[in-house]
Amino acid sequence: MGTTVIVDYGSGNVFSVARALETAGASVLLSDAPDTIANADRLVLPGVGAFGAAWNLLVEKNLVEPIRKFIGTERPFLGICVGMQMMMQRSEEFGDHPGLGIIEGVVKRISGTRADGEPHPVPRVGWYTMTRRQASWSGTLFENIDESGAVYFVHSFAAQPSDSRNVLADSEYNGASITAAVIRDNAVGVQFHPEKSGPVGLRMMEKFISL
Amino acid sequence: MTSVRIIARLDVKAPYLIKGVHLEGLRKLGDPQTFAEKYYNDGIDEIIYIDSVASLYERNTIVDIVRHTAENVFIPITAGGGVRSVDDARELLRVGADKIAICTAALKTPSLISEIASTLGSQCMVLSVQAKSRADGGWEAYCDQGREHTGRDVLEWVREAEQLGAGEILLTSIDQEGTYRGFDLDLLRAVSSRVSIPVIASGGMGSVDHAGAAISAGGATAVAVAGFLHYEKSSVPEIRDGLRDLGHQVRVA
Repeated sequence: MGTTVIVDYGSGNVFSVARALETAGASVLLSDAPDTIANADRLVLPGVGAFGAAWNLLVEKNLVEPIRKFIGTERPFLGICVGMQMMMQRSEEFGDHPGLGIIEGVVKRISGTRADGEPHPVPRVGWYTMTRRQASWSGTLFENIDESGAVYFVHSFAAQPSDSRNVLADSEYNGASITAAVIRDNAVGVQFHPEKSGPVGLRMMEKFISL
Repeated sequence: MTSVRIIARLDVKAPYLIKGVHLEGLRKLGDPQTFAEKYYNDGIDEIIYIDSVASLYERNTIVDIVRHTAENVFIPITAGGGVRSVDDARELLRVGADKIAICTAALKTPSLISEIASTLGSQCMVLSVQAKSRADGGWEAYCDQGREHTGRDVLEWVREAEQLGAGEILLTSIDQEGTYRGFDLDLLRAVSSRVSIPVIASGGMGSVDHAGAAISAGGATAVAVAGFLHYEKSSVPEIRDGLRDLGHQVRVA
């Protein structure tokens, strides 16, 4: 199983991510050291708040290339919330920011109106179920859950991958389809917070450390 | 559909969970940790901790409680009471809180809202509003657990706070709090129609129908439950199933 390294760069609820992984049975190391990150057995990139602020922290700490290098090794990678959004090419949150470019597509603001034209709250906060967008979740983070398991989202922006093959799951918000999880080879990103999604989230963490 | 949240609100006078009426006359109920873990195991959607004396005596006692809770409770935790700076907020996030509720300090220094939103993110900046109806109509914002007038009009205050970057509003009716007579629906409707961020109804929950009304008539997307759960007048599954029967989308736990 090896050690799961959590990128500790000043964004994200690192304590809760670590506790959830430990509860799932992982041996966890928090680090902002480029070498430790590039050579991890498995890597988790958390992140909350504004995309640009999180990205700037990664840049300041010289972590962009080590993370790209890690993903190139095909060892298991998990991006959470803004950590998932940063896997995209760019984000339109408060300007235009580049991302890691692991997955083609953009991060855009969630519409403040529903499909029927009525307003609905943004940020989108709460527990929502996911819809599978691949033939199977087998072999992925979601292997041990099904579509009835709700997970906790809190976000105003959402990823829009250009290739549907990179969408692992989406989640409905008053008629709109919101990207819930992206995938490319060994790298998975989730918009929700598995570390705050109760037993369903813990089952994902268990799967992640067995990948 | 918008998924509605059932939130356990735990007011704390460390080391005890407490409960009052109209935010006063506080009674000690036990160890907040025990209550939080029970609600988590029963499938509650979120936990809110409010340190009820911190802003009065200028000390922080909530940090240890949050840290211990976050060890075993894997749902969103909001912490508030006595948060006066970005550093206070960061400390709570560091020990496992996801959001920070701010009332008194935001009223004294509104720019604190934008400071927290810009450095830690709007998603963690919960504006806590203690509202009391005025004799001439409308509502006034209070602070220090309903002990201090501020003269601020609630409806103006919530709009200003949203513009400053608040990500959510915890809206407590002092008039209804601890009465089990239902939420202040006029207050909820007035606030939720003026802001686009989520509004949590707090104060007065005494039946599942009260929660249903807060959502349908009041425009809230979450209900905070305190005494109704703490005194075992109901349970998390009963509230969740009841809301589902009323046609609301709730989490399948």
